[in-house]
Amino acid sequence: MTLIRISSPHAHGSDSTASVMRRVLIATVPGVIALTWFFGFGSLVNIIWASLVAVACEALALTLRRKPLGFYLQDYSALVTATLLGIALPPYAPWWLIAIGVASAILMAKHLYGGLGYNPFNPAMVGYVVLLISFPVQMTAWAPPRGLGEVPGLLQALQACFLPAQYDAVTMATPLDMVRQNNSLLLEDLWRDPLFGRWAGIGWEWVNLAFLAGGLWLLYRRVFSWHAPVAMLASLGLMAALFYDGGSSASGGSPLFHLLSGATMFGAFFIITDPVSSAVSVRGRLIFGALIGTLVYLIRAWGNYPDAVAFAVLVANFSAPFIDHYTQPRSYGHSKSGGQP
Amino acid sequence: MKTPSYGELTLNGLWKNNPAIVQLLGLCPLLAVTGSVVNALGLAAATTLVLICSNTAVSIIRNVVSDAVRLPVFVMIIASAVTCTELLMQAFAYELYLILGIFLPLITTNCVILGRADAFASKHAIGPAFYDGLSMGLGFGVVLIVLGALRELLGTGALFADMNLLFGPAAANWKWVLVADYQPFLLAILPPGAFIFTGLLIAGKNLVDRQIKRRQDALRAAPVKGAKRVRVTGTIS
Repeated sequence: MTLIRISSPHAHGSDSTASVMRRVLIATVPGVIALTWFFGFGSLVNIIWASLVAVACEALALTLRRKPLGFYLQDYSALVTATLLGIALPPYAPWWLIAIGVASAILMAKHLYGGLGYNPFNPAMVGYVVLLISFPVQMTAWAPPRGLGEVPGLLQALQACFLPAQYDAVTMATPLDMVRQNNSLLLEDLWRDPLFGRWAGIGWEWVNLAFLAGGLWLLYRRVFSWHAPVAMLASLGLMAALFYDGGSSASGGSPLFHLLSGATMFGAFFIITDPVSSAVSVRGRLIFGALIGTLVYLIRAWGNYPDAVAFAVLVANFSAPFIDHYTQPRSYGHSKSGGQP
Repeated sequence: MKTPSYGELTLNGLWKNNPAIVQLLGLCPLLAVTGSVVNALGLAAATTLVLICSNTAVSIIRNVVSDAVRLPVFVMIIASAVTCTELLMQAFAYELYLILGIFLPLITTNCVILGRADAFASKHAIGPAFYDGLSMGLGFGVVLIVLGALRELLGTGALFADMNLLFGPAAANWKWVLVADYQPFLLAILPPGAFIFTGLLIAGKNLVDRQIKRRQDALRAAPVKGAKRVRVTGTIS
């Protein structure tokens, strides 16, 4: 009898990359439904077009790198990147904008660094930031939510994407913009603006709650651990509480407003939980998440951009190896200093 | 030290030992001013001029200056050449001089120039030293211009804008708009674009080198089929 020598680990999880990615895709469904309900079909068209471009880019990169096409295309990672980018981009974005973003994400952020598992930066956020610094006008135009404007139908959304010259986009400041640019009204008075709902912007609060629901389901399925999202939300809430100052005209907005505005929940559960570009140790993930939460507040309150999650995530991605270096867990049988036990 | 032939010097400067994409020297101006063709061209001309002057001057004094003080002397020579170039640009291309700004005086600290002075000019006669300066300057300049053209094209959708800064009013309408109604792609003009395109240029050069090597390998006669070979370990190259 021959014994096959197999090295540890001997117990395997049953999760393949594809099944994890599939779950992430499923978990975005409530958020996408909420986005579609409040802002129209723009986000859905974004996602579908981004997915097509992503699969094409992935196939191109794999062919150039002489990798098996079928194997890598079936792991859904390109689709996840495309979906996350499609959600992050403003609805009714023109087709070329989405294509450039996806191509930067897949070709530059992912394959130039060596493909899935080697990318130091979150590909979707690289794509988003490339677009944000290149095309600030298109990237800061967000459609008005249901109740404040007519919500375009599917046909109009397709027209906005593929025939942008013939489409008159209706855009509005987002609640985050309103709060940042406000310097004369008390928050209480600002809240009378129809843009605001119960806790945050109309529509935005439900979109964020929907992404929270999807994220909690992922947490329940143990796709990722709770550390990074909880640390991010806690530090964002803490920062907002520190600078709330009772709602004066200089206030940055209440903690609840920040937790339910912009890309907070989407970022907390779908972006910073990327296993490749985040810190890996438990303490490292707490620090990583807290760093992102703090940066999100800093950039939102004193920066110049519509939202801050993408920049915060990239800066934290930079620091992830550094954080990991200082938070290496003690291996069993060794003392903390690495000397004799 | 054996003096390389002029052919070798040309090949070294322009391709094999290109200062910008092989030695990776002088990256600061390379990345900072290649936002458009005219900026790149201006800096390329200035750098080449300085490189030629400093190489020639260093070669002339190479037997007079002792080894211990050579670097300060080289830097003084380079700085004087840069000052002359700067004054020339102030006289003949004042607007471009304003645009290039600090990067003109900074040519002094460009490692390509000190590198060539110390590695080549201080060891060779005037003729080869002059020619080395020319070919290295051209090699650096070509990369600057290619990078400037790529970034200008992607960033603004046009080429050769504002050439009148360098060639006088007659060149004002040289601007060549390739794509009308182009959405400016700011990333290409901003610093990240410089890094990305420099990386792509280096990759492109390596790709060409690899193709050349593969072709040479293919030309080498294949062993006759059935020929007996001595058994060896490892691969036979």
